[in-house]
Amino acid sequence: MYLVETGSEHKAGFIRKYVFSTDHKIVGLQYFFTAFAMAIFGGLLSILMRLQLGWPSRMWPMLETIFPVGMAGGVMSPEFYLALQTMHGTIMAIFVLTALFTGAFGNYLIPLQIGARDMAFPLLNMLSYWVYLLSCIVLVLAFFVEGGAPISGWTAYAPLSAIPESGPGQAMGQNLWLVAIALFTVSSMMGVLNYITTIVQARTKGMTMSRVPLNIWGMLSASIISIMVFPVLLGAGVLLLADRIGGTSFFVPAGLVMGDKLIPHSGGHPLLWQHLFWFFGHPEVYIVIVPAMGIAAEIIATFIRKPVFGYRIMAGCWIAVVALSMVVWGHHMFVSGMNPFLGGFFALATLLITVPSAILVLCWVVSLYGARIQFTTPMLFALGFVSIFVTGGLGGFFLGSAWTDIQLHDTYFVVGHFHLTMAMSPLFAAFAGVYYWFPRISGRMMNERLGRVHFWISIAGAYAIFLTMHVMGVGGMLRHSYDTTQYDFLKHLQPLNVFVSFAAFALAASQLIFILNFLVSLFRGPRAEANPWKANTLEWAAPAPIPHGNWGAVTPEVHRWPYDYMVPDGGEDFLPQNAPAAVLENKRF
Amino acid sequence: METLVHERSTPEVADAVDEVAQSPFTANTRKFGMWLFILSDALTFAALLGAYGFMRLTSPEWPEQSGVFDIRLITFMTFVLISSSASMAMAVFAAENGERKHTLGLLGATIIGGIVFLGCQAYEWAHFIGEGGTLFFNPWGVPQFSASFFLITGFHGFHVLSGVVLLAVVWVLSLLGRCSANGVELAGLYWHFVDVVWVFVFAFFYLL
Ligand code: HEM
Ligand SMILES: [Cu+2]
Repeated sequence: MYLVETGSEHKAGFIRKYVFSTDHKIVGLQYFFTAFAMAIFGGLLSILMRLQLGWPSRMWPMLETIFPVGMAGGVMSPEFYLALQTMHGTIMAIFVLTALFTGAFGNYLIPLQIGARDMAFPLLNMLSYWVYLLSCIVLVLAFFVEGGAPISGWTAYAPLSAIPESGPGQAMGQNLWLVAIALFTVSSMMGVLNYITTIVQARTKGMTMSRVPLNIWGMLSASIISIMVFPVLLGAGVLLLADRIGGTSFFVPAGLVMGDKLIPHSGGHPLLWQHLFWFFGHPEVYIVIVPAMGIAAEIIATFIRKPVFGYRIMAGCWIAVVALSMVVWGHHMFVSGMNPFLGGFFALATLLITVPSAILVLCWVVSLYGARIQFTTPMLFALGFVSIFVTGGLGGFFLGSAWTDIQLHDTYFVVGHFHLTMAMSPLFAAFAGVYYWFPRISGRMMNERLGRVHFWISIAGAYAIFLTMHVMGVGGMLRHSYDTTQYDFLKHLQPLNVFVSFAAFALAASQLIFILNFLVSLFRGPRAEANPWKANTLEWAAPAPIPHGNWGAVTPEVHRWPYDYMVPDGGEDFLPQNAPAAVLENKRF
Repeated sequence: METLVHERSTPEVADAVDEVAQSPFTANTRKFGMWLFILSDALTFAALLGAYGFMRLTSPEWPEQSGVFDIRLITFMTFVLISSSASMAMAVFAAENGERKHTLGLLGATIIGGIVFLGCQAYEWAHFIGEGGTLFFNPWGVPQFSASFFLITGFHGFHVLSGVVLLAVVWVLSLLGRCSANGVELAGLYWHFVDVVWVFVFAFFYLL
């Protein structure tokens, strides 16, 4: 196994080489494994939630030993349920998915795919990871302080989040949550500043912007969104912190009574928090999905073995998404008491942003049309990504129309929608990426058969869980509720809840197949060829193992776009970007 | 498209920064990074000013600023800061021409401008607090007034302070002959940004 090889001219010790390394590949791997660990942790939290939702108020004596407070007497307390939910959402949306795409895949792939030797600011890049790790630690610590983790949801709606007395986790727990988010923001800024600068400034000779791989377009677009919206979250966090510890009331209205106590704040607006949060929160979903799209597009482009359709269109769509993603946030607030005229505007803008998304899907479908598709594991996951994205996006239409959202808001329809679009489809893209680039990183192949089993169980599980949630949502199943059997009108949905819980356990268990495959292949997998998928992009042209600095004496020179497949001169059916220009001068670009 | 391509010839692997510090644009890599930083910082201010705007619009009343602040002082502060931007621009020009003496003098003038601004701001805060203004209370009206006063001017003042420190470092490095013209220019970019933000704060918080 080699994960990364440091160039022989460096006699750096283990610590400099693998721990405090400025090599973008090491930083990327550090991001990957940390995000992966967080994903497992966040996943376990959701298992606990499914236990409660499937079998409300049942005793689980064993769990009491692990959570003596939250599961006192073996029964989950409502506050503990809310804490689980808050932490699950925060961890998954921000600390896993955001870090996994731009952080892990971005770091590893950007310099390699554009032919650079490293990020533009390697030191900043290393710092970005360490601050990220710190933010993860601070966040998880919230479980262990007095009162436990916060209960105000990943959206931290005020005034719940602004008043320390409003719940057990709202004192110290919410403070840690805010600090963790602030740290993550700083880390993310250091990261994306690097990604954008590197892509713009450090492309190798011949790598014009119309020749960079689609994955680079995805990373660039997501990074631009990040650099514009994370600062707003930071600003909002500063205001919230002032409310919490400075006694201001930006978000707290007058006359609030909590636990028989009149809250002294007055004059603030909970709506202000929602505006600021969703100005970040909506673009955040695109920070996750756009690089996922880029990865999927990249993989699809390889396995259709013909030139991908709509390279420029896709790039254009992502740019459009960057712009539009910042003007649709109000669709999360249709029933918040916001001005209905604003609601109309946001509904319109939301329908508008589905256009580039739909065009992207169209590009992929047209690319598939008539292709001799190679159904490898990465390709299956990339196609799974497309399937789930489309299904989840369809739910978005009902939510994006203000009038139907009034019925569906705060139900499991929303939960099902965003788990398909933002949780499952990016996860599929991430799996696709891992299966695809594993040989490049480790020098070994993953097991195809296990990969396929992993795929089919995962996609069945994803649909079983989250489509069922859509149905329950239409039936009125309430989001954030820890025991819906309390309501007569929801009792009949309980069998569905049990079904979802079982499906969730199965989905979670099937991920063990992946972990097993990953670990065994890392040490025992068959040796990979230099370019096992016969891809054109530059990362496959780097020496194996890839040294610090990536390339030999000179960086590669690029002569064409990355999707020249099915070249008609016989021989191989692909033409790497850096192959000498003599061949096929008149092809494309 | 050829203009977007740049040559790369250094075979040495060791220092990745220096190697990629060549640019397809006229901006070099560090400058480009600084622009991005400024963009993100500007959006943090935008969030605060946006929140302030929201509060102004939703609040039934808002104190008359001229009754609370001495607008003459604020105008003077603004004048000082904008002048310091001018001296900064001249410092960059001098640094590019390799006139170290001029650079040092102009940088010094800029730093003094920043310090005068901070002094005025400290005076203002003291005055405001002396009249009974706190983060969550003030004698002139809604509590959001003083809260946003402290937060916005405080956040900006923190930026000015950082800028002064940055310029001081650049000054010392220039004195030792260890600061490139590019370094002076980067510090200058940040300084101009801080000034521009102040113009917005001045307009939205004190005038409107
Ligand atoms: C066809 C495109 C889409 C439309 C029209 C759409 C529309 C909406 C609307 C209106 C809501 C708010 C529902 C409510 O709270 O009542 C919502 C929630 C959400 N959507 Fe989408 N969406 C689309 C695609 C996506 C994509 C691609 C993602 C992620 C990558 C995503 C992630 C989310 C998330 C995370 C939430 C819930 C946030 C929360 O309340 O906690 N959506 N969507
Ligand atoms: Cu949204």
